[in-house]
Amino acid sequence: MPKKETIEVEGTVVEALPNAMFRVELANGHKVLAHISGKIRMNYIRVLPGDKVLIELSPYDLSRGRITYRFK
Amino acid sequence: MSVIIKTEEEIAIMRQAGRITAEVLRILASSVRPGMETRELDTIAERECRKRGAVPSFKGYHGFPASVCVSLNDEIVHGIPGKRIMKEGDIIKIDFGVVYNGLQGDAALTVGVGKVSPAAQRLIEATRGALWAGIGAARVGNRLGDLSAAIQDNAEARGFAVVREYTGHAIGREMHEDPLVPNFGTPSTGPALKKGMTLALEPMLNVGDWRTRRLDDEWTVVTADGSLSAHFEHTIAITDGEAEVLTR
Repeated sequence: MPKKETIEVEGTVVEALPNAMFRVELANGHKVLAHISGKIRMNYIRVLPGDKVLIELSPYDLSRGRITYRFK
Repeated sequence: MSVIIKTEEEIAIMRQAGRITAEVLRILASSVRPGMETRELDTIAERECRKRGAVPSFKGYHGFPASVCVSLNDEIVHGIPGKRIMKEGDIIKIDFGVVYNGLQGDAALTVGVGKVSPAAQRLIEATRGALWAGIGAARVGNRLGDLSAAIQDNAEARGFAVVREYTGHAIGREMHEDPLVPNFGTPSTGPALKKGMTLALEPMLNVGDWRTRRLDDEWTVVTADGSLSAHFEHTIAITDGEAEVLTR
């Protein structure tokens, strides 16, 4: 079973966009466009601006990510 | 990141885990027939694995719901077995792994369902060839980048693209250990290969572009451009001489 080559980083949601997309600011100040993972969607976890989240980035497109976890 | 060197005893168990993996995989490959549902392979895998005293390692791994990954045509890896019917001319990737006495075996292959197109056959042969090119470069004195580059060069020389967002990996007590084993790279870079390292090499080759996309089921990885993809994998041990293929 191959391993996914991803980078996990923490960030803060700064803006909610249509289509369950969010703009997330990383600790280093970079802003990335992130969508929500199916697991978060399935469990009706609400993500709001100001929330701290974990996002998964692909090394090949660092401007887009996937929110995999919302910190409580 | 820490690379784990296995003892002779651990490798002896991994040899058994590898043999079980290979036996089950061979049974799965020879069971493939047009008209069969992909989930039938899962049933066979589970049964044949337990019969040999091993536990399927994929089931429950990060929530994966089955014992085997079955991926069709443009699906690269991590396909979930289900009610889908395999048709004549499809190419099917079967990826399977076991835990035996605490150690892991992991292997994959691609087979045609019935008769496949010459283009699909070329892709399958090229992917197998790329895996063996990687195994050939897996020797003490080389670095990981040499192994990765051998796979990439072999694949690209035959006109196929290697998937980059998913990689092989070291393997042992865990299925995924460090380091990652990419299927692309630069010679003479990366960690040095040492005796006792155990690696799962797994080139994934696409007819079109290397980019991938993940389906809504959160698992199935497909080629972004919809082109055909093939996948072969062996678990190997680095020795003093030629690498030993544990999943033979």
